[in-house]
Amino acid sequence: MKEIRILSATGILGSGFREATLQRAMTLKPDFIGADSGSTDPGPYYLGSGETLFSDSAYKRDLRLMLLAGRAAKVPVIVGSACTAGTDAQVDRLVGIAREIAREEKLTFKLAAIRCEQDKVYLKRKLREGKVTPLANAPVFDEDVIDRSTHIVGMAGIEPFVEALENGADVVIAGRSSDTSIFSAMPMMRGLNPATVWHAAKILECGAACVVERKYPDCMFATIRDDHFIVDPPNPDYRCDPASIASHNLYENSTPYELVEPSGVLNTVAAKYEAISDRAVKVSGSTFKHAQRYTIKLEGAELAGYQSIIIGSVRDPIILRQLDSWLAGLLTAARDRVTAVYGAGIEKKYKLDVRVFGKNATMGALEPETSIGHEVGLLFQVTADTQELATSIVKSVSHIAVHYPVPEWTGLITSIAYPYSPAEIARGASYRFNVNHVVEPATPLEMFRIEYEKV
Amino acid sequence: MPKLWQVTKLIRSKNAGPFELTFDVIFKDRAGYEHVRDAGIISAEWFAKTYRLKPEVVSVINYDAANAIKITIPRPVVSGDIDDTDVFGGQQHGPLVNLEVP
Repeated sequence: MKEIRILSATGILGSGFREATLQRAMTLKPDFIGADSGSTDPGPYYLGSGETLFSDSAYKRDLRLMLLAGRAAKVPVIVGSACTAGTDAQVDRLVGIAREIAREEKLTFKLAAIRCEQDKVYLKRKLREGKVTPLANAPVFDEDVIDRSTHIVGMAGIEPFVEALENGADVVIAGRSSDTSIFSAMPMMRGLNPATVWHAAKILECGAACVVERKYPDCMFATIRDDHFIVDPPNPDYRCDPASIASHNLYENSTPYELVEPSGVLNTVAAKYEAISDRAVKVSGSTFKHAQRYTIKLEGAELAGYQSIIIGSVRDPIILRQLDSWLAGLLTAARDRVTAVYGAGIEKKYKLDVRVFGKNATMGALEPETSIGHEVGLLFQVTADTQELATSIVKSVSHIAVHYPVPEWTGLITSIAYPYSPAEIARGASYRFNVNHVVEPATPLEMFRIEYEKV
Repeated sequence: MPKLWQVTKLIRSKNAGPFELTFDVIFKDRAGYEHVRDAGIISAEWFAKTYRLKPEVVSVINYDAANAIKITIPRPVVSGDIDDTDVFGGQQHGPLVNLEVP
């Protein structure tokens, strides 16, 4: 019977897994070791700036164990969405870490680096040709947005991975990729049923997230055959049951029944989840519908401004009982002071906001609960075109705020507790996701560049 | 009358990508799931009212395989943008937790 065995090292490279679990999983003879290394979850900063969610040390620890295991068993190691956003520089960063590990551990391998950043001229041409289509709740995407973006990546499907593996890559480090493509490429190359493969890949891509109770990040293992796959956690303390596997389809997805990939849509309506032991689950019955047109999803980010913030708290019951009007007056006074310092016209160059913890900091204007407790936390936030301007303005806000009066008290009051000196904190650049669209490339490989090197 | 959290094993919210917010209500058992599903308390109308949206943009999906109800709405603010309050979208499910189950 044709089958392929897959070890997913962890849900996101850098978050970790137990070394003992990886060793145990290797005794099950996986055909490859995969791991996703990216996410848009932590926000636009990582795509916008090119910084990474985890430290180089954290990536190195996880990748070292994967490379050692992969080379010892002579099976490929495949990592997608390198270093959070999968920009070209983030691919280079992870490739650099792989080279260091190879040097330190005396490993040799053929490495394929897949770069996924998109050329602005190419995207503008696609836009003019009408080959760019918006997805749900998408912002406006035009040539100005393309020009403003610091990075735009295309989310690779299986094809660049297949190309790299067919060319004999032992290690594949890719930029932005669909989480599932990392795990689907080799099974699809071997000709297994796409529905089984994509469904298994969706379960595998979050590592141990599909167990009944995930106490810490860890590895996951699946065996894919043509008409079904079996998920069996390699950590003896973990177990899966049909509900935990079925529930995983809900995670970070707008529907549990459909998973959209570049080449088509996985449909799990008819999927069957059966316990085959007290810890392993057999899944069958999903279908896959090939799309009329092959599409690549874009992710882009642009600079939204530089921010400086102040954290403080209020405990005085007299202020708290008129918190909203006190804050409104405070903000007006602060804005007047900023105008006095910088002159008329400055109001267009910055944005001052306050968030009230203990009232509605989590849900903002949507918060249905109106009561507050014995204290609230305040976060003043200034956004401007430069860090210098943001910090200068927030210093003025800070002084106005800390002495802003209430009618009941006579004389100068100090109305906010600031935990720090200085009160203000420069937060750096803030970015904005600005694309939620798909592009139709002429071929599945057109938007990606693969380079090989002997490490 | 029990609250929704008392008949579920998980109520959570989370980004479904940076532009959408999704809610999972996963019940303890089939009976609780079917009772709440059929009572219709988790509806597009309830979400539209609570999250100040048009009912047409709210997707409510009953997911029998996991005894779960899934709701997806457009994000009020794109994840991580200047006015966003919750980058992961992980704490937007509060109003659901104490919903009364008839």
